[in-house]
Amino acid sequence: MRKILSLLLVVTVVALGACAHKPPKDTGQTAGSQVPAGALANGAGANGATGGAGAGTGEDVAGPQEGILAQRIIYFAFDSSDISGDGMALVTAHAHYLVSHPMMHVRLEGNTDERGSREYNIGLGERRAQAVRRAMLLQGVAETQLSTVSYGAERPQVDGHDDAAWAKNRRVVLNYVQ
Amino acid sequence: MNKVFSVRLWSRWCALLCCLAVLPGAALAQLKIDITSGVTDPVPIAIVPFASTGGADNGVDVAAIIQGDLEGSGRFRAMQRSAMTSTPSRAQDVQIAAWKSAGNDYVVVGRVSALGGGQIAVDFELLNALTGQQLANPRFVGSSAALRDAAHRCSDVIYEKILGVRGAFATRIAYVSVDGQPPAQRYQLIVADADGAGPRVILESHQPVMSPAWSPDGQWLAYVSFENKRSAIWVQQVTTGERRQVSARAGINGAPAWSPDARKLLLTLGGSGGNPNLYILDLGSQQLTRLTDGPSIDTEGAWAADGQSVYFTSDRSGGPQIYRQGIEPGARPRRVTFSGSYNARPRLSPDGTQMAIVTQDGSNYRIAVQDLASGTVRVLSHGRLDASPSFAPNGAMLIFSGIEGGHSILQRVSVDGLTSQRLRAESADVREPVWAPFTRPQG
Repeated sequence: MRKILSLLLVVTVVALGACAHKPPKDTGQTAGSQVPAGALANGAGANGATGGAGAGTGEDVAGPQEGILAQRIIYFAFDSSDISGDGMALVTAHAHYLVSHPMMHVRLEGNTDERGSREYNIGLGERRAQAVRRAMLLQGVAETQLSTVSYGAERPQVDGHDDAAWAKNRRVVLNYVQ
Repeated sequence: MNKVFSVRLWSRWCALLCCLAVLPGAALAQLKIDITSGVTDPVPIAIVPFASTGGADNGVDVAAIIQGDLEGSGRFRAMQRSAMTSTPSRAQDVQIAAWKSAGNDYVVVGRVSALGGGQIAVDFELLNALTGQQLANPRFVGSSAALRDAAHRCSDVIYEKILGVRGAFATRIAYVSVDGQPPAQRYQLIVADADGAGPRVILESHQPVMSPAWSPDGQWLAYVSFENKRSAIWVQQVTTGERRQVSARAGINGAPAWSPDARKLLLTLGGSGGNPNLYILDLGSQQLTRLTDGPSIDTEGAWAADGQSVYFTSDRSGGPQIYRQGIEPGARPRRVTFSGSYNARPRLSPDGTQMAIVTQDGSNYRIAVQDLASGTVRVLSHGRLDASPSFAPNGAMLIFSGIEGGHSILQRVSVDGLTSQRLRAESADVREPVWAPFTRPQG
């Protein structure tokens, strides 16, 4: 059984690899008469389908795993980009790690809950990511080690339409990238 | 299900469908319409099954499509076919008194005939059941594959003759469909007929796809895709799938909106500093012009009908409110919403007199329409998390998204608030509907 599974995995990886060139490049070339496949083969979705972690999902396994550094998510109150006490302890721990590991790079992924309008939420998510970025810069992290992206309400951590789900979705994910 | 595909479209899409077939679980989110509220006195009408000479209709029930359109509007009540004692297909064969005494105000009779060369004609007569007067007798000629479109155009004529408002049945919508659980969600951008029929996936990704916007000629969609792990704005021709990335600058690339002359895109750029501001991108010259400045979130731009000013969401006063600003250099924004603490995502009616917004109403987010001359605001939806309003091209209806039974669904409401419908997909969350502009007949 295990052999079959690993074979399947290999086949899947090969198949995904074969598709990986599909998304049109940033050159303004046209994709011709095809349904553009977007990023089907990239990262999160492909891995996530098996419940594993993937780049951009906020559960990336890259980066430090010791103690508090294994935690990668900073949660926020409703309509706020203020970092809480617990959140700041986590930001500080990662900032110290990044200062002592200047080759490491973190993508700060800002997210909101689903309420309100979508593009405005993109703005709110960016504000959260920038709040974490500023806190890290103040602690000596180099600008080149940080980048931000806002997913707004588009990539919830938890599916659901209540306070509990929303609290989990208002977050900044620290995503270590190689 | 949907037997009618334009042959030309079919050949174009065939390769894509094959491609999709190998994607795991690549199912289309076919929308189903339910009427959630209608007028208390719908217009009684009999739509007699259309005659078809020599199988010209290829099994498409034109009268049923018209009936679905008219009843779906919430303003008509159609006579049951089983109650019809005759099925005339021409005005001269209609015993008008019998239809009147059966309770109808109007009668529609028609036929589909083959013209050769793959062309067909749809003719119908709309009769006043009280007077017997013939109110319309149009003919639609097109390819046999475009019969469904012709049926919707029949509905448009009937709707306009009886209600005095141009129908918007022969139009399309685009929407985003999402299935799967986080973090393995699949995002699809779908184009379908306004009644949800004939859905076609035009983009599929495991990264978010959002903010679709129709070009003024209805041939292109602009949208935001995160397929390269960050936001970028693309424009894509709907029929061919040809597409082009037009903005992948640092930070946010969002909220595209075509100018009325289709030459420019209004968009939101965040830059590396993360302050979302409005810009105009000239699609020909690639020249970028900045409209707003400062630390507030300025986004969700929408053009005024004359293309000389824009409406947008800004939290410069604390919470989100709508502002209007001219596009000329040095223009200053003027606030236009004043009731409530959350007003976002403006969309202008086609005649430019009304603005649809998302407004916070207690703990609920709802769709409201503000009359721009008087400032009067009317809340039109009743959900908890309603979002993304978009006007029909006739200005009579809005389509938007809401949450029901734990799923995101599409809803339509008439601007007078009297009629509403729900459009659900069976196994996916559907959201961000955008109603396409009027276009010429297909085929």
